[in-house]
Amino acid sequence: MKSKFLVGSALLLAAGTAAYAGDDHPVVVAQLKADFHAKGIAGMDRLDQDQVQATCSFKHSDELPQTLVHTLQAQQLASVRYPSDGKFLGDWRKGQALAESGKGDTWKDKPGAPNGGNCYNCHQIAPSESSYGTLGPSLYAYGKRRGNTAETQKYTYAKIFNAKAFNLCTAMPRFGYAGALTEEQIKDLVALLLDPESPVNR
Amino acid sequence: MNRILVVAATALLFLGLAGAAWSETDGDDAQAQIEQYRQMLSDGNPAELNEMNGETLWKEARGPKKAGLEKCDLGLGPGVVKGAYAKLPRYFSDTGTMQDLESRLLTCMVNLQGFDRDELAKHAFDGTFGTPDLVAYVVGQSRGQAMSVPMDKPQEKAAFELGRQIFHYRAGPYDFACATCHGENGRRIRMQDLPNLTTTIGAQRAYTTWPAYRVSQSKFRSFQWRLNDCFRQQRFPEPGYASASTVALTTYLAAMANGATYQGPGIKR
Amino acid sequence: MPYPMRIRAQLHGDVTAITAIISHPMETGLKKDGDKVVPAHFIRMLTVDVGGKRVIESHLNMAVSTNPVLNFKVKGAKVGDKVEINWEDNLGEKGFGESVVSVPE
Repeated sequence: MKSKFLVGSALLLAAGTAAYAGDDHPVVVAQLKADFHAKGIAGMDRLDQDQVQATCSFKHSDELPQTLVHTLQAQQLASVRYPSDGKFLGDWRKGQALAESGKGDTWKDKPGAPNGGNCYNCHQIAPSESSYGTLGPSLYAYGKRRGNTAETQKYTYAKIFNAKAFNLCTAMPRFGYAGALTEEQIKDLVALLLDPESPVNR
Repeated sequence: MNRILVVAATALLFLGLAGAAWSETDGDDAQAQIEQYRQMLSDGNPAELNEMNGETLWKEARGPKKAGLEKCDLGLGPGVVKGAYAKLPRYFSDTGTMQDLESRLLTCMVNLQGFDRDELAKHAFDGTFGTPDLVAYVVGQSRGQAMSVPMDKPQEKAAFELGRQIFHYRAGPYDFACATCHGENGRRIRMQDLPNLTTTIGAQRAYTTWPAYRVSQSKFRSFQWRLNDCFRQQRFPEPGYASASTVALTTYLAAMANGATYQGPGIKR
Repeated sequence: MPYPMRIRAQLHGDVTAITAIISHPMETGLKKDGDKVVPAHFIRMLTVDVGGKRVIESHLNMAVSTNPVLNFKVKGAKVGDKVEINWEDNLGEKGFGESVVSVPE
């Protein structure tokens, strides 16, 4: 079976955020859908871009019209589901294990298995872990610097749930929104960052 | 008389401090150690075993047609292996499509040797048909050559642009595109440096050191394997082996590396 | 999959740098394949002879990685001297490779 390139002429797109994805966007989507296939828990629906993904493929937040950015950020913030018991702090020890684990959501992962937070892939967190990435800012002394207030706890929870609510085109995944982490898991990560007993703050 | 001094050293996985070599990150002691580890790895590469075996396989009469690959045209004419990899991917008029090395190997192994294309693709990353070793052999024959991926034909230009768009395509539950990790300078994931593939220097450094022997897996890994494992970690569904999307992406990355000297099979952690 | 040993023996001044790349699984005996432990299978002993003289007798163990790359420096060898490397592993299997001391191009 010969693989085919779907080379089409540029299409005029309806006005809107999709314009930021480029004129050839439908051609790209069609080619990807022709060439990729579902495997394990990774289905083809994953190739469908939502508005945020399409808008942020080629541009950073500060390169987009700010009214658009604020509208979409507000939309993302509205998607945050806060804990029903109003508590944000979980177990920082469990948070540590979560931060270390890079498991979850790949086609090699078992369906229903708990995901990891993938945090150390991108962030420095506790000083004892020297194997950290630099894709995101350092979170060392996060609680010490910001203070363990109710407001900070709520912000931190929302940030992990849906980071796009605060910086539309951030590289950080939307862990709660995507269903990658549970409410309890996010609370454990909030505790890792804010609990005064956590190694992050000692 | 002759005093024979012996200094034996077992290689691999032995870190030491060293002066920092060229790097994209700034002032990071870990960086110096990573560079030292890389230098030690490059002194003797198990990929040489794969290259040697690949050369044997290239010439061996195999498959239902009991033929070797001596007539395989990798872009420079039938049987010309030397320098071919540095000029791939490219447009091939016999198939009417853009092809990278692994796509072209499929064509040759199917047409010349009679192997089944789907079976070859299914086992591309294991040793069943010797694909990794064949790749090692062919890329080794471009050692020392300047990367010169052609960009003359409209199909070649279109593939470059399609590849660039795919590179930036954010999708999946984590909103990852290739660019999410490979679009900035001086970043790393855990302790793994991430070359900025949107710049010439980043693309050159990355593309000239793949395919490579992966020490932690004790296996030789091709470029299609590298793309496959990237998409897995991006939480995407799986790309078809040597599919048009992967060839376009390879075209973008390889052409960005044009001008750099290809270093032959690399060695990675 | 066992490949033939690859040996480079290059004379720089009065020192011969020998690099041997050996194909061997070097299993530690600690790895598991599902529930079963993969049995230990590693090179225990390796010898290097240059110009007919035994120059190295090396005792390796399971800490050495798969497909080991070994580097040796030897003094007193001449261009044209034969380099012979023999190994034996913990299961009694043996391997062999040979090359000749040469000057780098």
